[in-house]
This record gives sequence, structure tokens and C-alpha cells, in this order.
Amino acid sequence: MSNLTVSPSPHIHSKDSTRSLMTDVVIALVPAVICSVVFLGLRELLVLAVSVASCLLLEWAVTRFMMKKPSTIGDMSAVVTGILLALNVPYTLPLWIVAIGAAVAIGVAKMTFGGLGQNVFNPAIAGRVFLLVSYPSQMTHWEAPQGLFGADAITGPTPLGAIKEGLLQGSSVKDIMAEHGYNYGQMLFANIGGSAGEICALALLAGFVYLLVRRVIKPWITLSIFATVALTSLIFWGINPDRFTDPCFNLLTGGLILGACFMATDYVTSPMSTKGGIIFGVGIGFLTVMIRYFGSYPEGVSFAILIMNSVVPLLNRWFKQKKFGRS
Amino acid sequence: MKNTFSIGGIHPHDNKISRDCAITPLATPPTVYISVAQHIGAPAQPLVKPGDKVKVGQPVAEPGGFVSAFIHSSVSGTVKSVGPRADLAGKMSTTIEIAVEGDEWMDGIDTSDTLITDIPEDNKTTLEKIRLGGVVGLGGATFPTHVKLSPPPGSKCEMLIINGCECEPYLTSDFRTLLEKGEQVVIGAAIIKQVLGGVPCTIAIEENKPEAIDHINEVIARLRKVSPKYDGICVMTMKMRYPQGGEKQLIDAVMHRQVASGGLPISVGAVVQNVATALAVYDAVQKNKPIIDNSVTVTGGCFPKQANLLVRVGTPLSYIIDSLGGMPSDAVKVISGGPMMGKAISNLDAATLKGTSSLLFLTAEETMRKPESNCIRCGKCADACPMGLEPFLLNKLSRINDVEALEDNAAQDCIECGCCLYSCPANIPLLDIIRMGKAEVMKAIKSRQIKK
Repeated sequence: MSNLTVSPSPHIHSKDSTRSLMTDVVIALVPAVICSVVFLGLRELLVLAVSVASCLLLEWAVTRFMMKKPSTIGDMSAVVTGILLALNVPYTLPLWIVAIGAAVAIGVAKMTFGGLGQNVFNPAIAGRVFLLVSYPSQMTHWEAPQGLFGADAITGPTPLGAIKEGLLQGSSVKDIMAEHGYNYGQMLFANIGGSAGEICALALLAGFVYLLVRRVIKPWITLSIFATVALTSLIFWGINPDRFTDPCFNLLTGGLILGACFMATDYVTSPMSTKGGIIFGVGIGFLTVMIRYFGSYPEGVSFAILIMNSVVPLLNRWFKQKKFGRS
Repeated sequence: MKNTFSIGGIHPHDNKISRDCAITPLATPPTVYISVAQHIGAPAQPLVKPGDKVKVGQPVAEPGGFVSAFIHSSVSGTVKSVGPRADLAGKMSTTIEIAVEGDEWMDGIDTSDTLITDIPEDNKTTLEKIRLGGVVGLGGATFPTHVKLSPPPGSKCEMLIINGCECEPYLTSDFRTLLEKGEQVVIGAAIIKQVLGGVPCTIAIEENKPEAIDHINEVIARLRKVSPKYDGICVMTMKMRYPQGGEKQLIDAVMHRQVASGGLPISVGAVVQNVATALAVYDAVQKNKPIIDNSVTVTGGCFPKQANLLVRVGTPLSYIIDSLGGMPSDAVKVISGGPMMGKAISNLDAATLKGTSSLLFLTAEETMRKPESNCIRCGKCADACPMGLEPFLLNKLSRINDVEALEDNAAQDCIECGCCLYSCPANIPLLDIIRMGKAEVMKAIKSRQIKK
């Protein structure tokens, strides 16, 4: 008898694998990584290295010694988490705190639930939020960066921080903007204060376009976040431009672009259907603006994504795609 | 916007490496093995016994029920045995073994190449000829054609769709048939159209076959000058997308109507027939020639000699393979049909059936299933499902055998096209598992119907 294999159809498979998709995300983050190292200096590279290495080591250790399964670090998802976490913290953050953030991201937010695909919350954001509430002073300490080429990067607080502080002191939005010399061209080209992921708008958008072209993600979640942020802030800004920042400012500052392009689109923690994704994006956009305008933290993208992560199972249940021949 | 179906679908590489190989007749093997179960429905009842002399085109088995079909001898010679023999799937079915002697055809079969363009008016006679010719759907389902062309009372056909999509990668037999026997296909379509009451007819061809589209357009223009019976036949260029050739998907793509779950195409006014079936109808009605042979694509990246062969029904696969230089050493899988829905076979002694459209050879690298990992909830399976189902969910429900939830989530609508498994980056064997769940749901539905 022949040695032919018999198995059910289909007999061919697409070239996509978890590893290839995650590698694409890493490639999409490369421009932002380069940009951040150029503007923030080699210290940022160190933060990136420690973050990625801690994530990989922890996932390897958990699978090997606690779950007693083959290691899953080959799927590259821990690398993605490591880079995202590093882009979410100040480049001056002590390295041991970076490692703690990685431990929370991988150990608590991801592996506790059973590893990739099982986690409810985006690991990198969970890690960042943990650090933000545990080490608030280190996490909001911004030092004038040297830059690789001694670039004339701007020192001082993030634009969102400056606005929050200025408003508390009774200044108007316009005065604060003028005082710090903010303009939107600057924000697009990374010339503002903040964590790596907050300062490289163009590089991040380039990565987002790459993910769309490679069909790794669909644009709906990201676009609905942008649209909601723009629309919500347009309404408030229209009512009182002295008290509320304008839509452009809200789109270009803080972690919005990083969050909308790379964190809210995380497969595991976002809804499956396009409809669900749009609602998810609307929720994130709205909550982000509300936290920025009315919350005690200057930035709200992380919290907004975490909150919306928790309703994903409901969105999956409520918003299903239309079945063929059933109305 | 290009014509295509509205939900899901995938774009595998079409790999039509045998597209330039003209259909050539394969020499008749020394012995043929003709199964009596070559169609959906009741197996046919043998009409011959060992020792009988038969001619090409002679009926050797008659329908075993309403949904059943005639089977004809594809060769002339002596019946050696009538008994069980393993088929392509390894299942035993009654098979008529005939030792070939010469090539003597039945009287009344027109073997000339003369084209007969007159469409017969008497639908009853035409249908009877189709029935006597043993014509079955050659697109894969092998449903008896005369049954499909007799819509139940109360239903009305509004359009005939001739399926020339050939959306499965590798397959080229329908493409070659359109190119080389375009006239016969169009005349066959006109005959079916006439039987259905002169409804409009759309010949759907995917855009990766531009030569076929041009040729058929030309043929239609030529035939229109001969008779008004050819009015109302047109070609529709379809976007390249799998599974466009699926009956429900094609109706959606051409007519923008969706057949309801569990419904038949005729419920939305459609009748779909495959290109090869249209050719078989032409042969049966115009030439009195029953189905005794069919085109088979023999292909694969590792197969040295690509071919489209005209093969007598009942030819052993091993004979076909040997005639083209034998099994490639690196082939690990032989598939009857396309790579998405075809069946892997290990029994190369098995013989071809009317519906055998292709033999595909794949290497380990091309067909290897990689180890399964965690679902990453990417939703690619749900995006790919042409029925709008949620394979990730059906997979989980099937694993815990929750039949009720499976039915609520429409597992019974699955057409087993394989898009979900094809697209899963975590290599989860979605369709394998869902098939098991679907079988349980079908069982439950059936037992409910019996209770009523």
C-alpha cells in the first residue's frame, strides 16, 4: 500500500501564522523605535532592550516552569508587548521599574489568563497603568532629552500635562499653548516632550499604514477612535475654547496615535466583528476625551482602552456579522 | 464594482499551471471499473452480469430510485465481474469490471464533430434524453441533472446560471472545456434554458480566464445569428475569489439573492449548472452520447507532466498516473478535486467516476498542517467565512459538543469550503472540528423531523 497521507480538506493553508503577524507588528513599530532613539538618545534604547528582554524571559520562565508547556516566545507576541511597554514610559524611568512593568504585563495580565489569546486586558497597557499608579513621580518625570545628534528637543512636561496644570492655575488653553510654543507641525515631527510613543506621530502612522497594507489589521477601530476624539473635542471646544483643547491638539498629543493604531487594535483584546470594533473605538475615543477634560490624570488613552477591553466579550455577543441567507 | 458574493471569501494563489495543456484523450485502459454509485441519491441497479458483451455507451445500470441516474459502459468488451470494490474514499461499492476489447460504440451515438445548433422544442423528450444519458452535475455534487431541471410545482425559475468560475486553485478542466468546446457548452446552456422555459442565462467566468471570456462572448455572438434561441445568454465576468463556484455564493454574486438557510436555489428562482454539465447535456441531447468520459486535470507543482485528459469513466487512477510518468517521489498527498474541498486518496487502484475533475499531487511542504497554537482572536476565520458564521465560536462549541448552541449559531449552514481553516494563523483545525459539530446538529434536526 502507498504511503500517501489522507486527511480532511482543505489541503493548503495561507502563509499567515501568529508569528508572521506579530513580526509584522514589530516591523510596523520599527520607525517609531528609530525615531524615539534618535530624539531621546541611547537611554531609550536601553529601556527598550530591558523591556523586551524582561517580557521574553518572563514568558519563557512561566511556560517552562509553571505551565510546564513548550515555550511560546517564538510567536513574537512578547516582543510586541515589550516594545509597546517601552514606548509607553519615560525614557528616564529606572530600569528596575521597567522590568516590574514587564513582569506585570506578561506575568499578571497575560500568562495568568493562560497566555496569548486568553487575556482580557492588553498586557502592555496593564503594565503601563500599573506603573503609573505605583510609581507616579517616576512615570511623570520628564527630563530634557539629549537626542542622538544633540537635537534641540524640547524639555518639560507633555503638552497634555502642561494644559492640565495650566488650567488648574486658571490660565486659558490659548495662553498655555502660547507659553510653551506648541504648534501642530512640531507635534507631527516628534518635537515635543513625552514618552517615546507620544512623540513620534508620523513614524507611528507610517507603521499603521504598513499594518493596513499587509492586511494585519483593519482600519475601523483606529478610525472610529480618531473620529470620536475629533468630534467629541470639537463639541466641547466649540462651546468653550478657553477651557477645552481643540480636536487637532487632542489627536496629535499623548498616546492617542500609539493607542489607537497599536494597542486598541490588539487582536486578543478587541472585538471580532467590524460593528463591534466601531463601537469599541467610539467608547475609547469618548472616554479618552472625558478623562483628558474632566479626569485628574492629564492623559486617558490607557484607561479608556482598559475599560473598553472589559466590555469586549459583551460586544462580541451583541454585534455579530450578518449570516448568509438569514435576516 | 466587480461581480462577486457579499460575505467572506479568500484569495488563495490560483496555481493554474496546467492552463495551457489542451484536453487530450487518454488511451483506453485494458480494464475499467465502473461503480454504480457515481451520483448523489440511490445507487443504480446493475443490468449486466459476468460474461455479457457490452459496447461503448450501453447502459450497464439503471436508476435505483427517483434521485438516481443511468450508468453506461465507457468501453466495449466483456463484463468480468459485478461486485464490491473499494472506491476513491476506500468505501466498498458495487462495481462492474469490464475487460476492454476494441472500441465499438452503440448504434445511434453520433461520434462525429459536426455541431448541431438546433435546439429541440419538445422539453419532455429533451429531459428524457438527459435522463437516459446519465447526466449528473459535474461541478462536484453529482446531483442527477434531470431532477434538478424539473423544479417542484409552485416554484418558478427566473435565471439559469452556468458555473464557469472554477474557483478552486489548480483546476483547469472547465477552463479548457470553455476554450475548446465553447460552442457545445453554449448550445448545452441553450438546451437547459429551453427546458426551464426560456429564462435568461448567465455564464459566470472568473477574471483569471480572460481567453475563455472572450471566446464564449464570440461564440454567443456567432450562435445568435443562427437562432433566436441563443438570445438572453450572456457572460458575466466575476472577480477572482474563493468559493465563488459554491452554488449559494454564485447565486448571490450573479443575482444578489441569498438562498435561505436550508433552502434550495430554486426558492430564489435560480438553477445552477456547471460548464462540464452543459457539455454533457449537449452530448446527451444532440449527439445521443451518454456520459462515458470526462475531462480530468492532472497537476501539481511536483508533478512533471501537467495535463488535461479526456478519461473514460472507470479508468484506474494508477493507469492515469503511469501514463504520465508515474508518481512523483516527493508527493505525499493525492487529491481528487481541488486543494480546498477535494478528497485526499490513498487507494490508487480506485477508478475515476463521472464527477472526477482532477488529480492533484501535493508535497509535504505544500500541504503540511503546522502544530496548533492558542486562538489569538484575530477574527480572520469569521472574515473569511462565506456563510457569515463564526468558526472560532463553532470550534469551541463543537469541542464541548453543545449541540443546541451550535444550531443557534448556524453550524448547519457550514458549506465546508475550508476558508476558516485556510486563514487561521494559529493553525487551529477549525473545519475538522466544526464538521463533527455540524454532523451532530444535522442528526438532531433529522430526529426532530422524524418525530413530527
